[in-house]
Amino acid sequence: MPEALGLHHFLLVGAALFCMGLYCVLTRRNAIGILMGVELVLNAANVNYIAFSRYGVGGVDGQVFSIFVIMLAAAEAAIGLAIVLGIYRRSGSIDVSQMTSLRG
Amino acid sequence: MNLNNIQSLPFSLPEGLLAVGVVGLFLLELVVKRKALLGELALVITAAVTCLVAMQSGGQEGLLFGGMVALDGFSIFFKLLLGLAGFGAVWMSLGSDEMRDEHPGEYYALLLSVTLGMFYMASATNMLMAYLALEFVSQVSYVLTGFIRGSRRGAEAALKYLVYGGVASGAMLYGMSLIYGLTGSLDYAVISQVMAGLGSGGVDGAVVAGAQPVIYLALVLVLAGVGYKIAMVPFHMWSPDVYEGAPLPVTALLSVGSKAAGFAMMIRFFYPAVSAYDGDGNWLAAAGVDWQSLLVVASMVTMTLGNVAALRQDNLKRLLAYSSIAHAGYMLMGFVVMADDGLRAMMFYMVVYYIMNLGAFTVLLMVLNQSGREDIEAFKGLAWRGGALPAAAMLIFMLSLAGLPPFAGFIGKFYLFAAVIRQEMWVLAVVGGVNSVVSLYYYARIVRSMYLDQPAEDAPQFVADRHNGLLVGVLAVATLVFGVWWRPVVALADRSLSFFTG
Repeated sequence: MPEALGLHHFLLVGAALFCMGLYCVLTRRNAIGILMGVELVLNAANVNYIAFSRYGVGGVDGQVFSIFVIMLAAAEAAIGLAIVLGIYRRSGSIDVSQMTSLRG
Repeated sequence: MNLNNIQSLPFSLPEGLLAVGVVGLFLLELVVKRKALLGELALVITAAVTCLVAMQSGGQEGLLFGGMVALDGFSIFFKLLLGLAGFGAVWMSLGSDEMRDEHPGEYYALLLSVTLGMFYMASATNMLMAYLALEFVSQVSYVLTGFIRGSRRGAEAALKYLVYGGVASGAMLYGMSLIYGLTGSLDYAVISQVMAGLGSGGVDGAVVAGAQPVIYLALVLVLAGVGYKIAMVPFHMWSPDVYEGAPLPVTALLSVGSKAAGFAMMIRFFYPAVSAYDGDGNWLAAAGVDWQSLLVVASMVTMTLGNVAALRQDNLKRLLAYSSIAHAGYMLMGFVVMADDGLRAMMFYMVVYYIMNLGAFTVLLMVLNQSGREDIEAFKGLAWRGGALPAAAMLIFMLSLAGLPPFAGFIGKFYLFAAVIRQEMWVLAVVGGVNSVVSLYYYARIVRSMYLDQPAEDAPQFVADRHNGLLVGVLAVATLVFGVWWRPVVALADRSLSFFTG
């Protein structure tokens, strides 16, 4: 029943994803886990864009935007994983609570 | 004028040259044997780009690429500043021992990419373009921060930058999606029309009554994205770590370049897009969306936290990082007055800030090259062991950063305070004044270390290198000159304060 699904449902999913992403970033100590949290935040926005594009007055702009976001998220993951790999090679650990050479 | 993609190309020569330079440098690294040539080529490109931007000044204004970016006085002003920031970073990299053995082709190509991204941040008039430009600058900055292979601090700083940046831009993206949903458009011009209709029941098909809280939330989320770029509290946490861990030329570029680009993007979004101009030098926030008082608090907290934290720093890079947070707070003073006065004062201050902060970083680079250290001990007795000229220049930069006359920093602060006082925002003015006094303490500590402390017996003689010395000299003279003869820069900022909205 497509009528039962409205804009609100998608916005709720988006908001939930956003909160889960933030929670993941704040609580994870594993660097990869944090990167996954960032991806969740980006995809929360994607859900919103597509929902607004489908139900709102914005036309296809939102869908175009979300495609760009997917591409940028991939670039960000590539850079993030490269940095994490570099850290792992040097210190043998990707636990962010052990990264304490910069503080004060 | 409103141009399509093909028609826009002749008006995008500076960006085009930068893009060609990026690709060219990547390729040239494979064939060129003498690696120093690549850096010099990058220097020529940034100089040429700045000249091309200067030639656009006073010319036609309009929207390029179907409304994606604006070519107007405001964007040309910032592109000039950002082109100079790129030039300064390339110049410093050429004179940096840290960067000597790294892959120069890649490195300079990345520096040019950041400059290109910052150009688009300053001129974007569409949320998609603004987001792409911001992410472009951020992602290349992560790479540059961790560019030195084998540097533990660099890699750690890069990861912290990436995590904070990713979350901040994700929050901004989410805020933009709400604005898109409410207004039905990504375009700043359309958004501003809808915002103007907020008080009077809305424009057809778009905003409905009661949407103000959502718009307010969206603006706060967008603020997270731009606030992180300008290092505004509470989105500043990355900045001390990244400034300390990144190579010094990159730190300098982040502090003068991406901060200015962030402010440009912020002004374009918060002024022409979501506020209304009353034609008389004042701006009005959309009805029921009072972002001004939020930012007044942010400005006061930012400058206070930056200054207080800087008091107990011994590492100069870290100290300058906190100082640059405090300066973001000062610049926000011009942002919150909602008047052309304030914007003009901010634009002037950004020029002054570019000069004095880049100068301070370059003196630090000279000391770092000589001693391999970047803490305050390395400056001990600098004036008495062969470094009289760098020490004198550092004195000028420090007093200017503290805002003492007769240096350019004083004039910059004067305009900012004048704009705040004209709006009768007394609390903000007093907090700003107290902060300026506090900041004098840590700037004076460096001066005291250079002049009043005697160098250690075995301290090596300081030999100033000519390459960095030239840049320091030019910037020190500029700090002095603009301290007594500032009219032309203010006039330029005045002329440049025009937004083309179609």
